Amino acid sequence: MYIQSRWNEPLIFEISREGAIGHVLPALEKEVFSELEEALNEIPKEMRRKELNLPEVSELEVIRHFTRLSQINYGISLGTYPLGSCTMKYNPVINEKLASLESVQNVHPLQDQRTTQGSLELLYKLEKALCEITGMRKFSFIPAAGAHGEFLGCLMMKAYHKEHGEERTKVIVPDSAHGTNPASAEMAGLEVNVVKSDETGCVDIKELEKIATEETAGVMLTNPNTLGIFERNIEEIVHTIHDVGGLSYYDGANLNAIMGKVRPGDMGFDIVHLNVHKTFSTPHGGGGPGAGPVGVKRELQEFLPAPTVEYDSATNSHYLDYDRPKAIGKTKMFYGNFSVYVKTYAYILMMGAEGLRLAAEASVLGSNYLLSKLRDLKGVGVPFDSGKPRKHEFVLSLSKLAKDTGVRASDAAKRFLDYGVHAPITYFPLIIDEAFMVEPTESETRRELDNFAKIMSEIIDEAYNEPMKVLGAPYNTSVGRINEVKASHPKTLCLSWRMRKRGSPSA
Amino acid sequence: MKNKVFPHPFIANSTITDWKSMLRELRIKSVQDLYSDVPTKFLLKSKLNLAGSLSEFEAFEHISRILSRNRSCRDMSVFVGAGTWLHYIPAAVSEIVSRSEFLTSYTQYQPEASQGMLMALFEYQSLIAELLKMDVVNASMYDWATALGEAGRMSGRLTGRSEVVIPRFASPDRRATLQTYISPIGMKTVEVAQSRGDGQIVLENLKEKVSSDTAAVYIENPSYLGFLETEVTAVAEISHDAGAVFIVGVDPTSLGIIRPPGDYGADIVIGEGQPFGNPVNFGGPLLGILACKSNLKMIRAMPGRIIGMTTTVDEMQRAFVMSLQTREQHIRRREATSNICTNNALCALASAVCLSLLGKSGIRELSEHILAKTKYAIKKFSSIDGVDVPLSKAPHFKEFMIRFKRRQADDVLRELLEHKICGGKSLVPEFPELGESVLVCVTELHSKKQIDDYVETLDQLLR
Repeated sequence: MYIQSRWNEPLIFEISREGAIGHVLPALEKEVFSELEEALNEIPKEMRRKELNLPEVSELEVIRHFTRLSQINYGISLGTYPLGSCTMKYNPVINEKLASLESVQNVHPLQDQRTTQGSLELLYKLEKALCEITGMRKFSFIPAAGAHGEFLGCLMMKAYHKEHGEERTKVIVPDSAHGTNPASAEMAGLEVNVVKSDETGCVDIKELEKIATEETAGVMLTNPNTLGIFERNIEEIVHTIHDVGGLSYYDGANLNAIMGKVRPGDMGFDIVHLNVHKTFSTPHGGGGPGAGPVGVKRELQEFLPAPTVEYDSATNSHYLDYDRPKAIGKTKMFYGNFSVYVKTYAYILMMGAEGLRLAAEASVLGSNYLLSKLRDLKGVGVPFDSGKPRKHEFVLSLSKLAKDTGVRASDAAKRFLDYGVHAPITYFPLIIDEAFMVEPTESETRRELDNFAKIMSEIIDEAYNEPMKVLGAPYNTSVGRINEVKASHPKTLCLSWRMRKRGSPSA
Repeated sequence: MKNKVFPHPFIANSTITDWKSMLRELRIKSVQDLYSDVPTKFLLKSKLNLAGSLSEFEAFEHISRILSRNRSCRDMSVFVGAGTWLHYIPAAVSEIVSRSEFLTSYTQYQPEASQGMLMALFEYQSLIAELLKMDVVNASMYDWATALGEAGRMSGRLTGRSEVVIPRFASPDRRATLQTYISPIGMKTVEVAQSRGDGQIVLENLKEKVSSDTAAVYIENPSYLGFLETEVTAVAEISHDAGAVFIVGVDPTSLGIIRPPGDYGADIVIGEGQPFGNPVNFGGPLLGILACKSNLKMIRAMPGRIIGMTTTVDEMQRAFVMSLQTREQHIRRREATSNICTNNALCALASAVCLSLLGKSGIRELSEHILAKTKYAIKKFSSIDGVDVPLSKAPHFKEFMIRFKRRQADDVLRELLEHKICGGKSLVPEFPELGESVLVCVTELHSKKQIDDYVETLDQLLR
């Protein structure tokens, strides 16, 4: 029986004790200290801070507080974390050791480039590896996350068409797409056209042909898609878009299924973003930082944002190239989330070509195996082409279960937590009723997959026999089921300790 | 070789026994059958051309050897800031953020199993809220520059207007990022002048620049060039009189002594949280701060994740969840306030731990140390023949400009490097009107001796 820790831990503000300190700064040198008063006096009185309500706690209290919080937080190192399209695979520990080297952490991005050759060389080598894996020509490391990469990608689509004397305003996105695709297109000032999925869960080619016009800037596609189904008509899709002069954008969220097997570039995609915190094992850190490098084909490389990382064979040195007149504008400070890329590179080196392919195959095998254990369970449906193999993930529908028992996908998910296994994604993709989206990744062994199937089966039995039990879940987590409505209601909204003290927001 | 890859230590699901049994149950011969729907022409015929696979030991050696070509701030004196700064990171911060319960978790889609990170992020929001004196802080953005971009868009949503007024001496990188973020929706930047004497915004000019098209007025305080903007109340008033949103960008390490923006009328506050507990990491990840006033219309226009405090359904326990998700892309899709989802949560955790350690007195002390060092350094540099410190009539924090009267900035920086001094960032490409200038940064990490050495070396070089 799994039981998560319970601490009833107060907020750090509530354990504050007057006069306690958690850290000491080195004393100021006498000559420097003597400047303090003058410096303070130079600041006009009305520009001085009057009060500061920060907590006062000792170092031990801080350590205990946050260590306790860590104990009420579930992570991959504790168990299965099968969130669909999130690729929660093992995060190799050595990566963290590398990323904490002095030569990673304490190098300033604006140092003279002669003193940052190591960082530049690493990025350059990583770029070559990413090009090989994706079949693209050139990468930018700047995007901080997948969605950020999508934003850049959309801006590059616009820049490309503008260069060709066209103002194209529309982007085609499937109805099964991640929410970031339409949101990113919209941010880039592009209008979103949704293309429906056909009865097999793939892009409806007939409808795509109707929607694709000379106003189409491009299509954004995940392949395998969010149903875990490979878009078998990918060649026709890309042709249709290219025929009207549009570009194809590959959302790399699901690349894990096809690494070393198929390359987005070979499928005809012009722009690709990768989620290195998914596919390439860098930890998600409870919400980031990740990184979303963007790769393009030759005809788009001049639009990649400045700076890019280049190599000069004459001097055998690497450098940042800012001389990119056609590049899209700046989208972030500096050159990207470098320490995350150190981990990415380490992972690729330790996997090698065979390891990456093996990861893809193991994830697909595990996912299909798990699906085979679940598909015949009572109340469970496998919408869209249920006989076809899935890739790294699959989506069940629990609508029959919900109709039969009143236990919805969200309830089943909560009950999973009681078994020490994280729940899958629920209610996505939107085209499936009561969606239950499972991605076990190559990190879960057959034993874990069997365990997952057993839990699912027990939850379903419980739903039919004792539905109230499931509806009241979870029981074994640090807190019971949470009132989420209250958290967003204007009257009870509380977004900081300060807000708690000062009351509800003004209308 | 074959055994080395199959099984692989990182791929738990890769033993031959497991594979065989799973294939048997699936009634297929090979895993290739699961790729039968992939058009044959796209299936790779040969393996990828990649180095490896290396063992953990080999990979560590290989990568640390590449990185050994870097020079870190332990190998030389680094006086560059300009967007990310060298600060001390207490050991307790690294201890907490490396805990794998935090490190290997995802966004909190199941809050009951993820209370630890949710509560820590709520504390991050709360600590920053106190520091800024703003009630609402989101769970993080990528960096200050993207936070500005998002704040610009937010001001557009709030006012339906199209212009963001930005001072001449604002960070050019942040300004460029703002432009990239707002131009796709038909918004643009308008520049307001700053005095060449003390850097202050020229209020008369600001009055001319604001109009019924002004969505927001943005200032940086302390500014990119390190000087303090002191007529903030007047700027706020002019902004509000024009019906515009007042956005203030801050380096939060200054707020132990400087008046917080929530106190002088800021509607949105943004900034860079990296200095609290996060290394410079060759430029990333950083930590974008974004805060707004406690006003429902503003909160609903905010980008990014926000953690809220609530209770369990039975009201017996306090609990934390992602609040107001209907603004976000996974629900609102193209009508979302932003596309951001993965942000910089772990950096926010580092900041929360660091701020908790520093506490009330530590933050003030940190601000004072940096202020005193800045003052000390400015005096020292001013005494060098051939150097002046422009804008020094205004109080400075952490950064300041030095200008070479007779030499080119790039040449001087190059020569300094030979003395293991990374002397600052040349401002010549960004602000040619300021002459051969360099932006110099000092934090609590720069000792008096390091500053003295820099000054002496420079003095020698300029003789």
